[in-house]
Amino acid sequence: MSANDDILLDVANLKVYFQLPRKNFLAKASQVHAVDDVSFQVKRGTTLGIVGESGSGKTTTAMAVMRLTPVTEGAMRLGDTDLVALEGEALRQARGRMQIIFQDPYSSLNPRVRAGAIVREPMDLMNIGAPGERDARVAELFGKVGLRPEQQALFPHQFSGGQRQRVGVARALATQPELVVCDEPVSALDVAIQAQILNLLRALQQEFGLTYLFISHDLGVVQYMCDEIAVMYLGQIVEHADRIPLFTEPLHPYTWALLSAVPSADPVAREQADRIRLEGDPPSPIDLPPGCRFASRCPFAQALCVQETPPLRRIRAGHAVACHLVSDDGVPPQRQS
Amino acid sequence: MSEQHSSPNQAASAAFEAEIQMPSIEHPLREAARMFARNKAAVGGLILLIGILLLTLVVPFFYTVDPFDLVWAPLSPPGTENVPFGTDYLGRDILAGIVHGGRATLAVGGAAAILAVIIGLSVGSLAGYYGGWVDEVLMRITEFFQVLPTLLFAMVIVALFKPSVATVAFAIGVVSWTAVARLARSEFLRIRSLDYVKSARSIGSSNRRIIWLVILPNAMPPLMVQATLAVGGAILFEAGLSFLGLADPNVMSWGFMIGSSRDYLMDAWWTVTIPGIFIFLTVLAVSLIGDGLNDATNPKLRER
Repeated sequence: MSANDDILLDVANLKVYFQLPRKNFLAKASQVHAVDDVSFQVKRGTTLGIVGESGSGKTTTAMAVMRLTPVTEGAMRLGDTDLVALEGEALRQARGRMQIIFQDPYSSLNPRVRAGAIVREPMDLMNIGAPGERDARVAELFGKVGLRPEQQALFPHQFSGGQRQRVGVARALATQPELVVCDEPVSALDVAIQAQILNLLRALQQEFGLTYLFISHDLGVVQYMCDEIAVMYLGQIVEHADRIPLFTEPLHPYTWALLSAVPSADPVAREQADRIRLEGDPPSPIDLPPGCRFASRCPFAQALCVQETPPLRRIRAGHAVACHLVSDDGVPPQRQS
Repeated sequence: MSEQHSSPNQAASAAFEAEIQMPSIEHPLREAARMFARNKAAVGGLILLIGILLLTLVVPFFYTVDPFDLVWAPLSPPGTENVPFGTDYLGRDILAGIVHGGRATLAVGGAAAILAVIIGLSVGSLAGYYGGWVDEVLMRITEFFQVLPTLLFAMVIVALFKPSVATVAFAIGVVSWTAVARLARSEFLRIRSLDYVKSARSIGSSNRRIIWLVILPNAMPPLMVQATLAVGGAILFEAGLSFLGLADPNVMSWGFMIGSSRDYLMDAWWTVTIPGIFIFLTVLAVSLIGDGLNDATNPKLRER
């Protein structure tokens, strides 16, 4: 068994640009750099979290992996399959191996289809199992996600948000996928329901050996769910680390800022926290500044930062960062004061 | 009501349990029929339409007066002996015109509306779903048809070919599909970006399946209303063409009756009002049915 065998998803130099309509026929066509040179790997049976603020490209990354949005450039492999090269019927067949759980449980279920049929449809389309056994399999999946079998007869609007998300999870599992992309699966739910869904996802991962690509902006959720975490900013990964080092010794100033933005109920921790408050908005992903994309908001930025783009460097095993100011032995930038 | 020991949550979940005791799954058509039957206005519309269909398809076999025959004194008011609805300026029996002319009116209205919906839905759904250059081309064509003066264009088509029920229906259909196309396009544009369409793609649905089985049913409510409006509009359009004398002069229709008697509106109101009332009732019946069909096929409007 070679080292590559336990890598399920391998994304290399992924770029997704969206063409903007020209303002007039003489204007240069501009494009949004939604995902700009992103590489990561997800090991079989583990969870990689991608965090970042709105517009950082995390959802676009997920959609590109699912082949739901056109890939501008780059390579993606699912096991031995080249995902980028797939087209037509081959792509359709491969879709069964990766499934997605959407953020908004209110728009992700077809309002005209009953819950049971929603879960059965992927099996019919992907030809999974004998047709006669599919009803039993649907009932089994309903049980697995914590719904009662008789709830198959209901329409989506008759469920609560958490229950709808359970239907979404059952649908995603219906094709027996290897990779499940979770696109902010709990951010539309109440906090109490969030915990239920997260526990369900973890239990299902254990039971079926699922691999998750987990998109979220909620660091608490990511800390609970993920083995590895990639932090995205403006279409690029700025820090990629195992869960514990990311939370205990974050290196990139943007990761610090994200961590210090997590609200704390403990007043002592709140006082002690060495907060970084970010000011302003990220630069436009249309006209990208040269150099580090975070430089305009970074409290440590130096002349070098606005000239040269920092590469994602490996500092130690399981920890990589894209920042000029982090030393090679992993000393983060220091405050000047 | 107030059980002290049960928390609100338990009460709520108990209420939910009771709520979800669903009967076993009915056949969708049966269920839609049941829902339709519950809508009084729609049932009224259906009864009205059935009455109109009986009047125009069955009654002619019993009331065999030729609508073109001169049967009584011209411009006899309703209630005159033998002619309950009166006669027109030539002495033709208006009741015979209503009974025998309904068929052409309904045929033209129905055929034109079906044609308009088929063209409009095809153009609009393809434009909205595929976007890009497909959308550009199809929408430019739609705009071309939109800026044409519809009545004039329909008159040209009818004048080019021999006026007959078929050419009139074709002419009306060809000029009135643009509203359906625009509406279908906007609905497809809206729905295609929803997550359940992405989900349909991710479970391996083909474009055709997504267009027909995922987006179209969800785009149906406004389209259904537009289609019934199209039936009404086509019947009125037919009346307009007949009024201008462009319909087949050998076929009696309600619009033809109004058109030919237009000069006597002031002196003999019944010659135009009676066919007008029948056009009104037909359009009303179709609209009520369309509305009821829309509600009956929408799961969200069902009580739990």
